[in-house]
Amino acid sequence: MKKQLVLVVLLLAAMVGFAQAKTLKLAMDADPVSLDPHVQLSGGMLQYSHLVFDPLVRWTRETTIEGRLAERWERLDPKRVRFYLRKGVKFHSGNELTADDVVWTVNRLKQSVDFKGIFEPFETPVKVDKYTVDLVTKVPYPLLLNTATYIFPMDSKFYSGTDEKGMDKSAINKTGYSFANENASGTGRYIVTERQQGVKVVFEAFEGYWDKKSPGNVDKIVLTPIKNDATRVAALLSGDVDFIMPVPPQDMDRIERAPGVKLVTMSGTRIITFQLNQKRVEAFRNPKVRQAIVYAVNNAGIAKKLMKGRATAAAQNSPKGYLGHNPDLKPRYDLKKARQLMKEAGYGKGFEVSMIAPNNRYVNDEKIAEAVASMLGKIGIKVNLKTMPKAQYWDQFDQQVADIQMIGWHSDTEDTGNFFEFLLMCPNKETGYGQYNSGNYCNEEIDRLTLAAQSETDMAKRTAMLRKMEKIAYDEAAFVPLHWQDLSWAGKENLRIAEIVNVMNFPYFGDLVIE
Amino acid sequence: MIAFMIRRLAQALIVIFIISLIGFAIKQSVGDPVRELTGISVSAEERQEFREKLGLNDPWYVQYGRFLGHTLQGDLGTSFFYKRPATEVILEKAPATLELVFVSSLIIILFSVPLGVFSAIRPDHFFSRLLMGGSIVGVSIPVFLTAIMMVYIFSIKLGWFPSYGRGELVMLGGWGTGLLTVDGWMHILMPSVALSSIMLPLFIRLIRAEMMEVLESEYIKYAWAKGLSSRRVWFVHAFKNTLLPVITVGGVQLGVTIAFTILTETVFQWQGLGFMFMEAVERSDAPLLVAYLMFVGVVMVGVNTIVDLIYGLVNPTIRIAGVK
Repeated sequence: MKKQLVLVVLLLAAMVGFAQAKTLKLAMDADPVSLDPHVQLSGGMLQYSHLVFDPLVRWTRETTIEGRLAERWERLDPKRVRFYLRKGVKFHSGNELTADDVVWTVNRLKQSVDFKGIFEPFETPVKVDKYTVDLVTKVPYPLLLNTATYIFPMDSKFYSGTDEKGMDKSAINKTGYSFANENASGTGRYIVTERQQGVKVVFEAFEGYWDKKSPGNVDKIVLTPIKNDATRVAALLSGDVDFIMPVPPQDMDRIERAPGVKLVTMSGTRIITFQLNQKRVEAFRNPKVRQAIVYAVNNAGIAKKLMKGRATAAAQNSPKGYLGHNPDLKPRYDLKKARQLMKEAGYGKGFEVSMIAPNNRYVNDEKIAEAVASMLGKIGIKVNLKTMPKAQYWDQFDQQVADIQMIGWHSDTEDTGNFFEFLLMCPNKETGYGQYNSGNYCNEEIDRLTLAAQSETDMAKRTAMLRKMEKIAYDEAAFVPLHWQDLSWAGKENLRIAEIVNVMNFPYFGDLVIE
Repeated sequence: MIAFMIRRLAQALIVIFIISLIGFAIKQSVGDPVRELTGISVSAEERQEFREKLGLNDPWYVQYGRFLGHTLQGDLGTSFFYKRPATEVILEKAPATLELVFVSSLIIILFSVPLGVFSAIRPDHFFSRLLMGGSIVGVSIPVFLTAIMMVYIFSIKLGWFPSYGRGELVMLGGWGTGLLTVDGWMHILMPSVALSSIMLPLFIRLIRAEMMEVLESEYIKYAWAKGLSSRRVWFVHAFKNTLLPVITVGGVQLGVTIAFTILTETVFQWQGLGFMFMEAVERSDAPLLVAYLMFVGVVMVGVNTIVDLIYGLVNPTIRIAGVK
C-alpha cells in the first residue's frame, strides 16, 4: 500500500513536471556550424552564443545597451572602461566566472580569424580583482561597448590543457576537429545535450543559470535547420514547429492570415546598395551621372511593390537609430531631373554598362537588380545584368568584373563608421579600408572624417561628424542606396515573440515566454 | 563469370577515376570555400593566409595528386562544414537515402506490376484508360511540385502527415533506421510517394506496352490454341517475358532516382545524401562534393553489374560476354 502511494505521488510529480516543462521547436535556415563561438562570425553562431553563453553586455530592442555578465561599467579614460562582473555566476562545468575568464576570452578573440579584425583596437584586458576587469584600447575608442557585445566569456579552466587526443583544448579550427568545436561550457541559460550537425540541436535549461529574474519559461529548445523556404513555412503552418526565422517575404501575407500563428517584423539595419565603378566607367567619375542614376532609381517603389512594403527606402547607409542617421536625407526619385542631369553631363544619348548581383543572398536580390536595370534604361543607360549564386558572387565582386555591383551591408558594430570603413573609404590594400568599395569612390574628406570619428569619444561631436559623412556621400551620390530590409519572425500565437526580438536579429530565447 | 566480374571491377575503377577528375574540375567553379568559412569583414590578407593553409593556392594538378595519394590510403578528405572525414559523413547520411529509395521502389513494384498487367489485358476497360491518362499527368509534373503540393494538402490542410524530417530513428549498429517505428513510417510515406511519382507511371506504361507486344506474339497465340488457362498464359508465359526490358530500364532508372532524391530530400528536409549534396554545393564544401560523386559512381556501376547478372538469369538466351 505504502509502495503504491509513493508511486502515485511520483507519478503526480512527474505529471506536474511535464506540465511545466515547456519545449520550443525552432526552425532556422541553418544550425550552428560549431560549438566554438569564435570559429566563425555569422548570425547563426551569434544566435548560438546567446543561448549557451552570455555576453558582457547586449543590445536591447531599442538599440541601447544593457548589462548581462557585467553588472555595470564606467569609462575611466578615453582608452579604458572598467567592467564590474556579476558575482556568483556559474559556468556549465561548475566553475565560477571571474575576471580571468574575460581576459582569456578577449585574448582568444584576438586569435580568431573572424574576430581579430573587430578586436584589433583592443589591448590585453587588465584584471583589477576577481570580479573587476578593465578593457583597454590602443587609441581612444568610442565603440568599446558596442564591441563588448561580442565578448561571451568562455570557461577558461574548461578550455585549458590538452584533450584526450593530446591537442590544445583552446585551439580554433575552422575545417577539422578541435575540442572547442565539440564541447562547450558557457554561462548561458542552455546546455547542448544532443547535436547532429545539419539535423538537429537540442538545448536544455541549465540548473545553475544566474538570471533568475528573466521571465523566460522555455526549458528545452529543439533547433532543426530547414533550408528550403517553403518547407520551413509549411512546418510552421502544419504545427510541426513553433517558431521560424527567417520568414520568406512571399509567405508573409499568408502567415498573417493563417489562424494560430503570427508574424512579427521590425525595421532592419542591413542596407542594400549598388556601387558604380569609377575605374571601369569614365562616366561614373562625373558626379552628375551618379546623381542622375540615383534620381532614376525609384527605390521607394521597389520597397513598396517588390518588397511588398517589408523594407524602408533609404537615402543613406545609416538606418534610424544609428548615431550617423541624418534625418535631412530623403530618397529622391525624379525621372525628369535624372534625364536633365544626364544631358548636362554630356551623356544625353546614354551608354552601355554591365551589372552583377547575387540571386540567393538578399531578399529578392535578383528581382531588385532587374528592376534597377530597367529603371536605368529610362535614362538611356543600357544595362547588361548577370546574376549568380552567392557561392560564386563574392569572387566576382572582388575582381570587379562588372561596372555596377550589388552589395548589402550590416554594420557589425551597429555604428555608422563601419559602413564607410568597408564600403566608401578609398580602397587601400595596406590598411584594408575600402575592402568592399568596388565603386572605387574616393574622397579624402570622407576618409579623414571616418578615421577621426573612430577615436572621437565626445558623442555630440562624433554624431555631427558621422552625419556630415552621410551628407557628403548623399550629395556626391557616392553609391546608389536602395533600402533597409525588414527583419521578420513568425511563430505560434502563444509565444511572446515581440518581447525578445531586436535589430541584431538574434531573438533572446532565454527570455521567451510561452503562454 | 569471374572474368566478367573482374572486367566490371576494372571498369568501375576507371569510372571512379574519371568522376574524381570531373569532380576536381568543377570544384573550382562551385565557389570559394574560404568565403563560406569566414565572416564577411575578414580582411583579404587573412583570407589569403587561410587559403594557403588549406592548400587551395596550389595548381590543380598538385591538389589532385595530393587528393589521389590520400584516396589510395582510404582518406577522401575532410568536409569543411562537418569538420569530419567525408567518408564518415556519407556513410552516416546513406541510410536515409537508401531507405527512401527502398520504400519508393517498393511502391513502384507493388503498384506498377498489377496496374500495368491489368491495362495490358483489358486495354479498353474504363479503368485502363483512366490509368493511361493519369500517368501522362504524373510523368509531366515535376517532383518538387508534387512534393510541395503533398505537403500543402496532407500536412497543412489535413494535418495527417508531418511536413519534414525523418522522425524517430532506431539505431541498428551504425544504421539509423526509420522503418521500425510508426513515426518513422509516417515521415517516410510522403517523400517516397513523391519520389515514386515520376517512375511509377513510367513503369506502368512500360509494363503495359511490353505485355501487349508479348501477347501478340506467336507463342502466346500457340498457348491460347493449346487451350491453356488464361491465368497461365498471362502470368507464366507472357509476364515473364515482359520483365526483361523492365529490368534493364529499372537498373538505369535507379540512377535517375538517385538524382531525384536531391529534389525530394530538399523539399522534405530529408537528411540523406541528396540533401547533403545540395548543401555541399551551396557551401562550396569541395571534399564532400567529390566524395559524394565518387560514391554515387560506385553505386551506379554496382547496380548495373547486378542488373546484367540478373538479366542473364532471367533470359538464358542472352549470355553476357565472358560468362560461359
